[in-house]
Amino acid sequence: MIDKTVPSLDAAVADVFDGATVMIGGFGAAGQPAELIDALIVQGAKDLTIVNNNAGNGEVGLAALLKARRVRKIICSFPRQVDSQVFDGLYRAGDIELELVPQGNLAERIRAAGAGIGAFFTPTGYGTQLAEGKETRIIDGRPYVLEYPIHADFALIKALKGDRWGNLVYRKTARNFGPIMASAAKCAIAQVSEVVPLGALDPETVITPGIFVQRVVQVAAPSGARAVA
Amino acid sequence: MKRLTRDQIAARVARDIREGAYVNLGIGLPTLVANHLPKDREIFLHSENGLLGMGPAPAEGEEDPDLINAGKQPVTLLTGGCYFHHGDSFAMMRGGHLDVCVLGAFQVSVTGDLANWHTGGPDAIPAVGGAMDLAIGAKQVYVMMEHQTKSGESKIVERCTYPLTGIGCVNRIYTDLAVIDVTPQGLKVVECVDGLPFDELQRLTGVPLLHASEALPA
Repeated sequence: MIDKTVPSLDAAVADVFDGATVMIGGFGAAGQPAELIDALIVQGAKDLTIVNNNAGNGEVGLAALLKARRVRKIICSFPRQVDSQVFDGLYRAGDIELELVPQGNLAERIRAAGAGIGAFFTPTGYGTQLAEGKETRIIDGRPYVLEYPIHADFALIKALKGDRWGNLVYRKTARNFGPIMASAAKCAIAQVSEVVPLGALDPETVITPGIFVQRVVQVAAPSGARAVA
Repeated sequence: MKRLTRDQIAARVARDIREGAYVNLGIGLPTLVANHLPKDREIFLHSENGLLGMGPAPAEGEEDPDLINAGKQPVTLLTGGCYFHHGDSFAMMRGGHLDVCVLGAFQVSVTGDLANWHTGGPDAIPAVGGAMDLAIGAKQVYVMMEHQTKSGESKIVERCTYPLTGIGCVNRIYTDLAVIDVTPQGLKVVECVDGLPFDELQRLTGVPLLHASEALPA
């Protein structure tokens, strides 16, 4: 019997290794798998490359992982926010590397990794600082920039419900990066509010098919009900 | 001459958004446009974090941390609205499916180059978000900004001195002084605020302006 559920958060992240590339879902606090991140902090892996839209809010979740100095590099689109003080301090001190990517290019580079695309030409960023040094091409009169996929060793994502085959459904705008990150990682780990029996999810409405998900861990009352900045 | 307030600029932008349009309002000043959309038109607001059919802010106490906009503020979903992931959301933007996006700006050039994401200052931490995707993706890119900086310099310039967001991407500029179209012939003034003669607008603007040859739109 195939059972992708794991008994604990600690077990879910046990094999994350030093130097791993880890995608972390979420847009700000919405969809951020805070409990998986907390487990990763306890687990202790370091020199991580993190892929997220932001660079942490406040002092919890991704910000706490940064604060624990486990992150060598972050690939994101919008690090600077009113409550990104942890990142801001590390960046100004030269203690973290930043790869800034336009948000749609970030999403598509993740999607491309999951879809087996070797590289793609995108109009976003052409002629800007963020395309400096990159290959360009004019296609049908329009200029494009060549961008490469972002593959990950692990993805930590948050969903509403999952089953033992790894099928997932999400909640509202907390879906954001979850589905594409699940497909782009060798090992996608989903924390879900509820593990449901096979068949309980309407197959017409499954958002992430289980083939993209390796582990499911139940966190019945996830944080994230806190105020958003 | 009386400069438009930010809300009046927003109301002016809102007048140009037609029934059935798919629209993204950038964070900051453009979000004000939502408050002025005509109630008798169905207009689809897109938020790049993954929703179409965005509604107004929820009543106090009704906020849902899983339902936010691109500015990470709590919002609501209109009946008929839907959610989707980031790949789909940016396909809507990059793929030319949005009719209009409204963006704030530091500077716009005579050829429609846009600078709105980064001051380039040595101590500034850069953050770009979806600005570059919106700039090149929407069918119509409207910029909404004050005509001049606080120190009185024109924000409409020959060449942007701030880092670019996109090249030749702006179609129309709404300011507290005028509505200006970016055309192959140059910047064409569509409207000036009441009591502002064209010559005075020209004096306050850093680059040559053209009179609109056609009648003003209703």
